[in-house]
Amino acid sequence: MPKLTINGIEVEVERGTTVLEAARFLGLPIPTLCHDDGLTPYGACRLCVVEVANGPRSKLQAACTLPAEDGLVVQTHSARVERARQLLLELYVATTPQSKTIQDLASRYGVTQVRLAPEFEDCIQCGKCVRICREQMMAGAIDFAYRGARRKVMAPFRPQSDICRQCGACLYICPVCELRCHGAEAETTLCSGCLNFAPACLDYHDHAMCFLDPCVACELAGPLRQDLVWPEAKRPESPK
Amino acid sequence: MGETPNLQELLRDWPDRPDSLIPVLQEIQEQFHYLPEPALREVAGRLRVPLSEVFHVATFYNCFSLEPVGRHLVQVCLGTACHVRGAPRVLDRLLRDLRLGTPGTTEDFEFTLRTVRCMGCCGLAPVARVDANTHPHLTQAKVPGLLKKYRRKEQAQAAD
Amino acid sequence: MPRLQSRADLEARRAAGLRARDPAKPCLAVCAGSGCTASGAPEVLAALRESLQRAGLEGSVELKSTGCHGFCEKGPVMLTWPEGTFYNQVAARDAKEIVASLSNGRRPVERLLYRDPTSGQRVQREEDVPFYRFQQRVLFGNNGRIDPKNIDDYLGVGGYAALANVLAGFTPEQVVDWVKRAGLRGRGGAGFPTGKKWEVMRAQPAAPKYLICNADEGDPGAFMDRSLLEGNPHSVIEGMIIGAFALGAREGYIYVRAEYPLAVEHFRVALKQAEECGLLGENILGSGLDFRIRLVQGAGAFVCGEETALIASIEGHVGEPLPRPPFPAQKGLWGKPTVINNVKTWASVPVIVNRGPEWYAGIGTAGSKGTMVFSLVGKINNTGLVEVPMGITLREMIYKIGGGIPGGKQLKAVQVGGPSGGCIPASLIDLPIDYEALTEAGSMMGSGGMVVMDETNCMVDVARYFMEFLEEESCGKCFPCRVGTQRMREVLTRICQGQGAEEDLKLLEDLGWMVRETSLCGLGQTAPNPVLTTLRYFRDEYLAHIRERRCPAKVCKQLITYSIEPTLCDGCHACVHVCTTEAILGEKKAAHTIDAAKCIKCGACLEVCQPKAVLVT
Repeated sequence: MPKLTINGIEVEVERGTTVLEAARFLGLPIPTLCHDDGLTPYGACRLCVVEVANGPRSKLQAACTLPAEDGLVVQTHSARVERARQLLLELYVATTPQSKTIQDLASRYGVTQVRLAPEFEDCIQCGKCVRICREQMMAGAIDFAYRGARRKVMAPFRPQSDICRQCGACLYICPVCELRCHGAEAETTLCSGCLNFAPACLDYHDHAMCFLDPCVACELAGPLRQDLVWPEAKRPESPK
Repeated sequence: MGETPNLQELLRDWPDRPDSLIPVLQEIQEQFHYLPEPALREVAGRLRVPLSEVFHVATFYNCFSLEPVGRHLVQVCLGTACHVRGAPRVLDRLLRDLRLGTPGTTEDFEFTLRTVRCMGCCGLAPVARVDANTHPHLTQAKVPGLLKKYRRKEQAQAAD
Repeated sequence: MPRLQSRADLEARRAAGLRARDPAKPCLAVCAGSGCTASGAPEVLAALRESLQRAGLEGSVELKSTGCHGFCEKGPVMLTWPEGTFYNQVAARDAKEIVASLSNGRRPVERLLYRDPTSGQRVQREEDVPFYRFQQRVLFGNNGRIDPKNIDDYLGVGGYAALANVLAGFTPEQVVDWVKRAGLRGRGGAGFPTGKKWEVMRAQPAAPKYLICNADEGDPGAFMDRSLLEGNPHSVIEGMIIGAFALGAREGYIYVRAEYPLAVEHFRVALKQAEECGLLGENILGSGLDFRIRLVQGAGAFVCGEETALIASIEGHVGEPLPRPPFPAQKGLWGKPTVINNVKTWASVPVIVNRGPEWYAGIGTAGSKGTMVFSLVGKINNTGLVEVPMGITLREMIYKIGGGIPGGKQLKAVQVGGPSGGCIPASLIDLPIDYEALTEAGSMMGSGGMVVMDETNCMVDVARYFMEFLEEESCGKCFPCRVGTQRMREVLTRICQGQGAEEDLKLLEDLGWMVRETSLCGLGQTAPNPVLTTLRYFRDEYLAHIRERRCPAKVCKQLITYSIEPTLCDGCHACVHVCTTEAILGEKKAAHTIDAAKCIKCGACLEVCQPKAVLVT
């Protein structure tokens, strides 16, 4: 059974466990986009990178595909990891600013600037839809096609697949296209509504829109925090 | 064009296994000059590879084309040595003379223009290959003559 | 061809071949590599054959075609034996004179001899040509001597003796030990110690085991693997058979890129001949070793040079890399232990066995042993393949061997290592070339591509060019590489168009850092190198584009203007004939002008203007 050290904590796991699984077992939060427990690991989003010591040198490696081995020394929240996550998320926000999942991750990991023009793409090519179609639904109706910047997910030859059973698994599992950000109309690419701790949904809607997957703001200081009391006078100014 | 290539005969040369996929596609590309959809569907069935994966392989590699290619394939090298010695200008001139906005096939199906990253003839930069012939030390000025040579071949053959 | 069933059989055949040759018999050896073939070698060969027949000499003079000599710039090239006379830029019409010189007191044809550009002297022998004199052609030396399609030629220069020695007297562990002691490092790019990789593979319990030769030489500007495969394919085969013995592999593959049809053809011929002789197949030379090699062709993807992508391609998938660990030596082809090495690495193995590990380790520097083969191309007088001991300086490469920069221009930078490498500025010209020194300077040895640039190359444009290449060749699987290279290329294009801002430099550095640190494979991890090194050494050029909207090298189209200096123009009208956009106006014999609105800055007029009246500002 391999014994490895994560953030200074020694942990022994079964052979075949990944570093991501070992870290989660210890309760350490590692962000992921392309990972799902029911699908084979893919290692494409790179958000789960951790710092792995290799003698005097260390490098960043994706935790979801890294097998836990004896003697491995891992840091999940080093300065290098934090910087990598922030720059990755800056690029993610610029690619799909309309995605609530991505905006939440950006807030959570302290992204404060997006220096690139927003592209509003629909897909981050995490491959979850392809994998769920192939591995769980045993259909393989969709796959990636082309290469590099032109790479995309599609059915062969034309948009309509002749073997798709319309199960909806791909829609369900997509981290980007499903949950749209219902927050305030952000003036900048980076919503940061959460960072301002002003849960904006209640200004525009009758109820918090994200009850299935709360916004960071709501988690920290919003209406879903039962233990907090919001006297009228103390409520922060809502942005307009 | 010669004989119509026979897909069944072609497939007989290769074992019905997933790792035959790329060599089979290479042969189809060579004989048919592109990868027709019905051929890809047949291959997927025979080699037991999902059609969506066959499509990914067919669109991933530069050598494969889902569209028929022109009579003459012009490949301009844009490798580092060629770039440094002016290949982009040769490419621009070819695009202009063939009336193409981006590399592709001319309307009359005479030429298909593609860019390649390095044919390994760096000592002869800038280089372009037309069909099986390699043309060294190209300049913009040589482009019209080059294209004319291949067009003339067509006219001579048509006249026979 | 009778099968060689033992070492004695091999030696008997070798001896018979040598006896059948008359060392005094004249031989004309014409280079038929891809480069010389494109320059007209087939016509030269045909003309020589005809001239020999006309002179009645076809029985007494041997005519053969050989592999690449490496001096493609001066092709077609040929050698005459036994003198070792080197002729360059030979044309079909020279055949008669060459054949005549064979009887004419054997005096060489002066005008076909290499002429040193600085001294003006003619040089007769190949080894005296400055381009060759300072090389140590351990791997390439035989290219000019042998016909790659004739296994007896290879036997004649000692081929397969190393294999026979290994099978007769070594244990597999000894072979691995020799490779380790020689200090051989992978010549594909990363420079990983080969002996160590072999050890890891040997230690794996799983079976069967595989060997792969990576011949997907994708770096633009590199063509040494091509030359070796075309010119001496048996040297690679011999290395792989020795490897099979040492590593317990029974099946090997060679993955050759699609763009190298001649290399594929020559290698197939060599495989067939080796199989016919029994050097491949079952019970090789009676030793009990079984080993076969299959040739697989690439389908056009630079990323397939990455080892896990290459393996995926052999298995029939797209060339998308897999995370490492596990490494191919542990879990590679079909999930089994696989050693994958570059063409030159495999070809080095028989050399190490023949000359001994101490001899090999005696060449080069402390950390980088042996010779390295570079392709010296770009703005340099002598372009071609150069094999030198590790540790030679850039200065020696460029001036002693390369003959300096043409047109009296100034050296500006040398791009080493292809798109994964970086630009070394002229100020570091005394840098010794080895793995460590290059990495410290921000570049990388890579596969040995060395592109020389002068003052007419814009370093921002160079960075943009490489980023464009990597963006196109990225497999697209991982986010930082796919999107990062695209965004970086967009920023670089803006800067080239004079629309950059100063913050763009920090943005490029940040994005570059992130792409390098988080990408899945070597392509992405090294993609930012050209940008980061040009930012480090040529920052002022970036700033000129940004602050002054000026391209110092006068390359970036949006920042330059073409005009005609009226006092120099003689009205010859040559420019008007080549201008495809009718942007030049003028009466014959009167000064011409360029209409900037129509000018597309293609440079055609600049190329033809004799009085040099076309100005670029």
